[in-house]
Amino acid sequence: MSFSLEQSPTTGDEVITNYTINFGPQHPAAHGVLRMVMELDGEIIERIDPHVGLLHRGTEKLIENKTYLQALPYFDRLDYCSPLCMEHSYVLAIEKLLNLEVPLRAQYLRVLFAELTRICNHMLNMGSHVMDVGAMTPNLWLFEIREDCLNFFERASGARMHSAWFRPGGVHQDVPEKLLVDLGEWIDTRLFPLFEDAMSLVVDNRIFKQRNVDIAIVSKEDALAWGFSGPMIRAAGIPWDLRKSQPYDVYDRMEFEIPVGTNSDCYDRFMVRVEEVRQSARIMKQCLAQMPQGPIASTDRKVVPPKRAEMKQSMESLIHHFKLYTEGFHVPAGEVYVATESPKGEFGVYLVSDGSNKPYRCKIRPTAFSHLQAMDFMSKGHMLPDATAILGAIDVVFGECDR
Amino acid sequence: MAVLHSAPRYASFDGVLDELTGSLGDMVVAAREEYGEIVITVVRERVEDALRKLRDEHQFQQLMDIAGADYPNRLERFDVVYCLLSVTRNLRLIVKTTTDEATPVPTVTTLWPNAGWYEREAYDMYGVLFAGNTDLRRILTDYGFEGHPFRKDFPLTGYVELRYSEEDKRVVYEPVELAQDLRQFDFMSPWEGADYVLPGDEKAVPPPPAPAPVATAPVTGGAPKTETPKTTEKPSDTGAGEKANAAATEKVSEAKTTGGTVAGQGQGEPVAKDGGEAPQAPAPTESRPDRDAKDGGEA
Repeated sequence: MSFSLEQSPTTGDEVITNYTINFGPQHPAAHGVLRMVMELDGEIIERIDPHVGLLHRGTEKLIENKTYLQALPYFDRLDYCSPLCMEHSYVLAIEKLLNLEVPLRAQYLRVLFAELTRICNHMLNMGSHVMDVGAMTPNLWLFEIREDCLNFFERASGARMHSAWFRPGGVHQDVPEKLLVDLGEWIDTRLFPLFEDAMSLVVDNRIFKQRNVDIAIVSKEDALAWGFSGPMIRAAGIPWDLRKSQPYDVYDRMEFEIPVGTNSDCYDRFMVRVEEVRQSARIMKQCLAQMPQGPIASTDRKVVPPKRAEMKQSMESLIHHFKLYTEGFHVPAGEVYVATESPKGEFGVYLVSDGSNKPYRCKIRPTAFSHLQAMDFMSKGHMLPDATAILGAIDVVFGECDR
Repeated sequence: MAVLHSAPRYASFDGVLDELTGSLGDMVVAAREEYGEIVITVVRERVEDALRKLRDEHQFQQLMDIAGADYPNRLERFDVVYCLLSVTRNLRLIVKTTTDEATPVPTVTTLWPNAGWYEREAYDMYGVLFAGNTDLRRILTDYGFEGHPFRKDFPLTGYVELRYSEEDKRVVYEPVELAQDLRQFDFMSPWEGADYVLPGDEKAVPPPPAPAPVATAPVTGGAPKTETPKTTEKPSDTGAGEKANAAATEKVSEAKTTGGTVAGQGQGEPVAKDGGEAPQAPAPTESRPDRDAKDGGEA
């Protein structure tokens, strides 16, 4: 066999035309059912046209045909990596229309579990992000934490993922005292050792940095114009966090820092999430320390059903229970847009009520819609394998994107 | 009204409404502050101008969402709702405009690049047209989908369903076929002003018309209004759809005993069809002496 040094096939007069490939809809790095039609010049991305909607279920239309309480579990199924944060926007929107006061303990419980959800979500996202760029071990270690989180959800609500635990007026059930004790212990003895171990493998890793630093740099102006939110806008150096600037529930009583990026690349987005996990743990500890005793749901019996024990004794409670679980409560006519800081960014609910027992219109503002739309603009001029890193740093989940 | 809820708190709205309506001038159709939201309705043709002004002069830098909404009993049935956010002033704002199926709304992709997908979604779901959007394709529905599914007159179940056909070795689309009609419960209480005559009440003197309910539901919003009284004349009027009605008219076995009715259980034992032995009662289950009798317990 003889080798002759020939000219590279790309030099000379030959013209290589651009070609188009399909990324997905079934691709492990697509984080769900995403189809991206990519136009490539060799290995350089010229244009990306993301096709979404493969997981469209018409959630908003279904919600219009359910009572307010029946519509709640649909929110768990939007971003199924952070179900409780999805419910949070919805219950706050209803409470805003009703002007319903939520007892302090319920607000603390919501914040506590919203932050646990954030940790749970970031474990999945960071794990799959590092796996997309070639690392295996951190993902397994981070999934161990995620498993613990799911166990806590199960102990609080009975369900590992689709909890339906936040309710208009509070939460569904109180948590056992032991659960709160275990949570505090878990943060110190499990979360931090496992998490810091896993991060020590990643954050200074040469390969990880080569794949992420200076990939998809977005300026502050672009981040604002493209409607970025959450870790995506914070990585661009804008300290914007709805928990801080538009506090809901008891976030205004919490002390925590907002991490921001300096370079606005995929590495910064990852590192913002790393720090957010530590800050979430800090918020959880404050919740555990400050949480008062008391009712866990509003005592307004026209919205919140009575306890079961009460029903056995009181005719009025029985009537309330029956009415709330058949007809449901009526919400005064009006419209609100309520957005909370979900782990992925701003998750908003535009709720229109006509005064009946069903929402007239419930528009869900998914975080991924803005971010994924910028995929074309962020990937232009990058290499094909960078697309997976960019997608991993966006943190996209299609249950929420496609609704 | 005192704020009791714990939904997100923005900066103060003091004077913001006057500032914005003053600045937008004759572009404003209506403006109100309600439930802690500022809602400004603007003239459709000048949406882009109004939003440009809000972005450049009033620091509403971010477009968070564009929502469509359908009110079929209105002349211009669609609402297009823009949710704006000011990062520097820490304010949110809802800007609305109305349109119908044929009249396009000026695009705002010239102001915010992320408006593209939101406008595509509004077009896909409601059929709202946006003049100037160069890429107004469908986005969420299937390739080749027809119709606009979030319109109030589009059925919840849709028109087609798909399955994998083993013969054709591909996915085939077929008209949707439901085993049972979709259940729509009428939550109107007979004690709270139902608009049909209750069975048995036909001869009663009609009461004076009740005062109109405070919040009247739009025509398609609430439960369907029925003209005919709700009666069950025949066993085939099951109220569970045509299929169930047809099933109810089918002949069942004749009863062996006539006359006495076991409470709520029809006419007693059925006669065997082919003259064979009448079906016997199932053999009694073995007694379980080692088990305690079940008590009611707490439900």
